[in-house]
Amino acid sequence: MDFNFTEEQEMVRDGLSRLVREQYDWDTRREVIASESGWRPEVWAQLAELGILGMPFSEEDGGFGGGAVDALVVMEEFGKGLVVEPFIPSVVCAGGFLKHAGSSEQKEEHLGAIIDGSRVYAFAYAEPRGRYNLADLETTARKEGGDYVLNGHKAVVIAAPWASHLVVTARTAGERRDSDGISVFLVDKSADGVVTRDYPTVDGRWASEVYLENVTVPASALVGEEGAALPLIEQVVDEAIAAASAEACGAMKVAHAMTVEYSRQRKQFGVPIGSFQVLQHRMVDMYTEYEQSVSLAYLATLKLDGSERERKLAASTAKVRIGQAAQYVGQEAIQIHGGMGMTDELAIGSYFKRLTIFESEFGNVDHHMKRHIALS
Amino acid sequence: MNLEFTPEEVAFRKEVRAFIEENYPKHLADMGMREDMSPEDMVAWHKVLGEKGWSVPAWPTEYGGTGWTPTQRYIWSEENARVNAFMPLPFGVSMVGPVIYTFGNEAQKEQHLPGIRSGDVWWCQGYSEPGAGSDLASLKTTAVRDGDHYVINGQKTWTTLAQYADWGFFLCRTDPDAAKPQEGISFILIDMKTPGIEVRPIKLIDGGYEVNETWLTDVRVPVENLVGEENKGWTYAKFLLAHERSGIAGVARSKRGVEKLREIAGSEVLDGEPLMSDFDFARKVSQLEIDLAALEITELRTLAGEQAGKGPGPESSILKIKGTEIQQRLTELTLEAVGSYGTPQYGSIADAGSNQYPVGPEYAQHSAATYFNMRKTSIYGGSNEIQRNIITKMILGL
Repeated sequence: MDFNFTEEQEMVRDGLSRLVREQYDWDTRREVIASESGWRPEVWAQLAELGILGMPFSEEDGGFGGGAVDALVVMEEFGKGLVVEPFIPSVVCAGGFLKHAGSSEQKEEHLGAIIDGSRVYAFAYAEPRGRYNLADLETTARKEGGDYVLNGHKAVVIAAPWASHLVVTARTAGERRDSDGISVFLVDKSADGVVTRDYPTVDGRWASEVYLENVTVPASALVGEEGAALPLIEQVVDEAIAAASAEACGAMKVAHAMTVEYSRQRKQFGVPIGSFQVLQHRMVDMYTEYEQSVSLAYLATLKLDGSERERKLAASTAKVRIGQAAQYVGQEAIQIHGGMGMTDELAIGSYFKRLTIFESEFGNVDHHMKRHIALS
Repeated sequence: MNLEFTPEEVAFRKEVRAFIEENYPKHLADMGMREDMSPEDMVAWHKVLGEKGWSVPAWPTEYGGTGWTPTQRYIWSEENARVNAFMPLPFGVSMVGPVIYTFGNEAQKEQHLPGIRSGDVWWCQGYSEPGAGSDLASLKTTAVRDGDHYVINGQKTWTTLAQYADWGFFLCRTDPDAAKPQEGISFILIDMKTPGIEVRPIKLIDGGYEVNETWLTDVRVPVENLVGEENKGWTYAKFLLAHERSGIAGVARSKRGVEKLREIAGSEVLDGEPLMSDFDFARKVSQLEIDLAALEITELRTLAGEQAGKGPGPESSILKIKGTEIQQRLTELTLEAVGSYGTPQYGSIADAGSNQYPVGPEYAQHSAATYFNMRKTSIYGGSNEIQRNIITKMILGL
């Protein structure tokens, strides 16, 4: 048993933490997310230069030979600074599909662009009526000669406004919600028939509604086997859950630290409010929630290479418990900050909002509780 | 003991329901509080009620109250909640109004009560300061007597909707040497157009601007604007806070909120079935409704106590704590119900540089903003921690 990070991972953490500290201060972030583009391609380029975007890929694939633990390190630092750049959609999700199931041609065309940051990819899986069921798809891909023709509506596709390509889940056969008959496609966002509607999200990112209207893609756009992609999608989503869990831990850590610091500074009744036992115990509970969450982010990450059942159980365990913790820590952070916590002037509100949305990403608490029950 | 309404009360319900259906502004139906609401919209219903004579039901009849029993007032708030009516703002009707008719002089009553009743005069509350929130008695804004005037200096914060206010009621320190901080405070009415007042809106985490910082620099206020006695303001402030707390439970509104939540969860789909038929979700909605039932009867018991002549006492702190917890839970479950469509930012899309129109179902569009916004309820009006302190001291005697 070993819970230590390698020297390399510690170096990456230090480098990333410096980058976030120096270039991702609160005021800069606020300006960036309110700007027209909503993100900073130059930060993305820097991350590529530091090798961050290539960390989870094998050397054979052009990466640095790391894996999920590296993604955990990256996302924890992202969470601390509420970094909005799309590591999970582009590197973890799109990169994950290519890593696990991409053909050598697909890897050549797409993985290099992900690793060097020249292209951003978004993962279009959710649908307006699918809730969190990855198999509940109304989007279809119809085979036509050597091509596929895609039709459907993908909902709240995070980072799609910045992306040049989309990874799209669609039904090639079977009935809605069938496990079989699901396929994954790489779609160029500039292809005819791809219509997007872009908007900011409440937690400082950007997303799109993606409408696919008779979008024709060649057979080479299919990732993995036709009609048999659900296990692959589940695997990639579990990887995304592990990474997002690490991000939530980073955000909780900072939210907790800010709250403790505020309770030291803020005086009422002639003393710092941090001297009140009722608040002390609640900040202890926040800390405990955070520590429990870190443990489960590790569990979810380390079980990604385990058996399918172990992996799924660990991902759902983490998503349930960290979803609960994120809500608790976020709410208590605002409450203990009092009126100031309600204002847009302090960073704490943004941590609260990010933690709120985390709960619903890749399946909410109830969804993963049901999945846990089904697996137990 | 019984919970049945009398035939008279049933008839009363019919009467007010018909009135609301006929007169509530159509364009505001089922909107509740929204950040994109105009100030005219916020007083529209108040003005209609002012003309009808129903804007201040709880006031004594000699000052324009309706003379309704607490049960009738309860029916009234229930019927308004049915259409999610935007009720008259509390600052005049439930806060300063009762202070003026209880502690003010005849001239003040004549000057101010008609405008509060009609909705023509907009009031704001100058209580909290940057350094005086939960510890309100530590406030530093000073009022110094200079001939026929007070000269007021200081900074207030969280002055709700002060950007539209005509008048404000302010707590100011008139005796800096008093033995206890509570003893040197006075309750002063200020015309918001007086030179030296600057109101700066504060942006909140939901993107809205409902509260302000209010700066007072050498603001000259005639001494006749002092309510009651100088240095006795804390007594009036406490009286007002107890009134604020009893209205804060929001039972009728939460009941409508539960109904709306059921509608939303009936439209949302989980594996092809309505989310409302999912046991896990339904259980949470029922839990909320169960908590709400307990709060409702607790409020009715409090109202019955009032009917028997007891004013709102420390038990109104229970109503504040449970009422706000339920309101918050309601917004949590609504956000949960709408799934991924809680994520897009709607209210301030223009503000954030997008020219795109909203996405997702209409009912999802303010769910995150409302959830964020409602975190304020356990902070304002005396935070829920302060309410627990009040119960500890006044009821438990510890």
